[in-house]
Amino acid sequence: MDWDIIIEYAPRLLDGAWLTFKLILLSGTIGALLAVPLAFGRISESYWVRSIPYAYIFFFRGTPLLVQIFLVYYGLAQFEFVRDSALWPWLRQPWWCAIITFSLHTAAYIAEILRGALQNIPKGEVEACLTLGMSRLTMYRKVLLPRAFGMMIPAYGNEVILMLKGSALASTITLLDLTGMARTIIARTYTPVEIFFAAGVFYLAISMLIMLLFSWFERRYNAHQRPVM
Amino acid sequence: MNAPVALKITGLCKQFGKLDVLNGVSLEARDGEVISLIGSSGSGKSTLLRCINLLEQPSCGELEINGVSLLLKKNKLNQLEAIDPKQLMDVRQKLGFVFQNFNLWPHMTVLENIMEAPVSVLKLPKRVARDRAETLLEKVGLVEKAHSFPGQLSGGQQQRVAIARTLAMEPKILLFDEPTSALDPELVSEVLAVIRTLAKEGRTMLIVTHEMKFAREVSDRIIFLHEGRIEEAGTPEQVFKETRSIRCREFLAEAI
Repeated sequence: MDWDIIIEYAPRLLDGAWLTFKLILLSGTIGALLAVPLAFGRISESYWVRSIPYAYIFFFRGTPLLVQIFLVYYGLAQFEFVRDSALWPWLRQPWWCAIITFSLHTAAYIAEILRGALQNIPKGEVEACLTLGMSRLTMYRKVLLPRAFGMMIPAYGNEVILMLKGSALASTITLLDLTGMARTIIARTYTPVEIFFAAGVFYLAISMLIMLLFSWFERRYNAHQRPVM
Repeated sequence: MNAPVALKITGLCKQFGKLDVLNGVSLEARDGEVISLIGSSGSGKSTLLRCINLLEQPSCGELEINGVSLLLKKNKLNQLEAIDPKQLMDVRQKLGFVFQNFNLWPHMTVLENIMEAPVSVLKLPKRVARDRAETLLEKVGLVEKAHSFPGQLSGGQQQRVAIARTLAMEPKILLFDEPTSALDPELVSEVLAVIRTLAKEGRTMLIVTHEMKFAREVSDRIIFLHEGRIEEAGTPEQVFKETRSIRCREFLAEAI
């Protein structure tokens, strides 16, 4: 193991890790916001309202993330109206293509997790909100969404960590994320063991940050589940 | 009694599929009156209570709270629902409801449970809501549990918190749906003591209960439901001592 190589290229790997981190943070946030209306659509009483998020989730869970990235990055550019549109300055950039794909992809999963949590709230707790005269909006905003969020934290944490690893696919559309950076360095130095080892350590560090964030969520939203000694 | 009518139910009926649960129930509760609803399980007492604030949608009938009719319309399922959601919210604020299973929000502390609706529905400033919550906790004897979570309390304590949460909205009428049925026998009395205090304060209450002794001692009127109809109604004296209906007599013989 050549430690000098690792030390020499650590700053560039750190750049890659930073890009990966931003990718996850931004697409994770957008995805979570998109997931809320999708989850509510999924539990709607109307067949038509239900079927839209159903089809969306069916597509994004049923196809590989790699295919989705290629469809957005290479596919959209095939259409002239896309190239002529006002969005083209963004859609031509691999960074925004990755953000769009990851957000849409993770939203499908988060929506299903949130739907499960919402449906698992005991009916009586909902009735308690209603009998106190809350509007639907107040009921969800003040009581039921925080409650559902607490219930979905473990599954949601899994999803974010899966996305962290999935984000390595951003390297296939020329982004120099952690994996992309590692491969670029290796192409020059021919030291795959050292550089992939170092990249692995950076991935572990990022997932550590994510775990810290989620244990904060646990303390904030699941305080009632802390063991009382 | 000449007190104004707080709650008036006219011809309330309810079908679950083909099953008739309520067959045209009418009753009036005057201000300050305590009415107990008794009857065997399946007689429709809980359904009646839940229909009053539209937790269940009745199939027909009319509801009047403080002399104002709740505007209802038939929906596709042939059930009645409120025409104006705002009016329904307003009515529900006036009707306090206490559940058999407490239904506290487990992720919020006792204090947060009580403060939530006054803050988010009545728009009270937090400080005022907190004072109100603390006063109520004192009333139900649980000041020291203000920062506990519901899961850390006994059933009886949870039900007392639930009653405090309901009272925090200062409802005009209190509806109790078998408030002690989910409790261990030794915890029943602490909850009944709280309800008894409320009755003495002159609050208007409808209580669905299996506690016959309690119903007899606390109520101004007793209503015995059988197969979705009022089979017997009157003062506790009349219902318990001069029972006219055979079914009610049979029920009381078994219940006491």
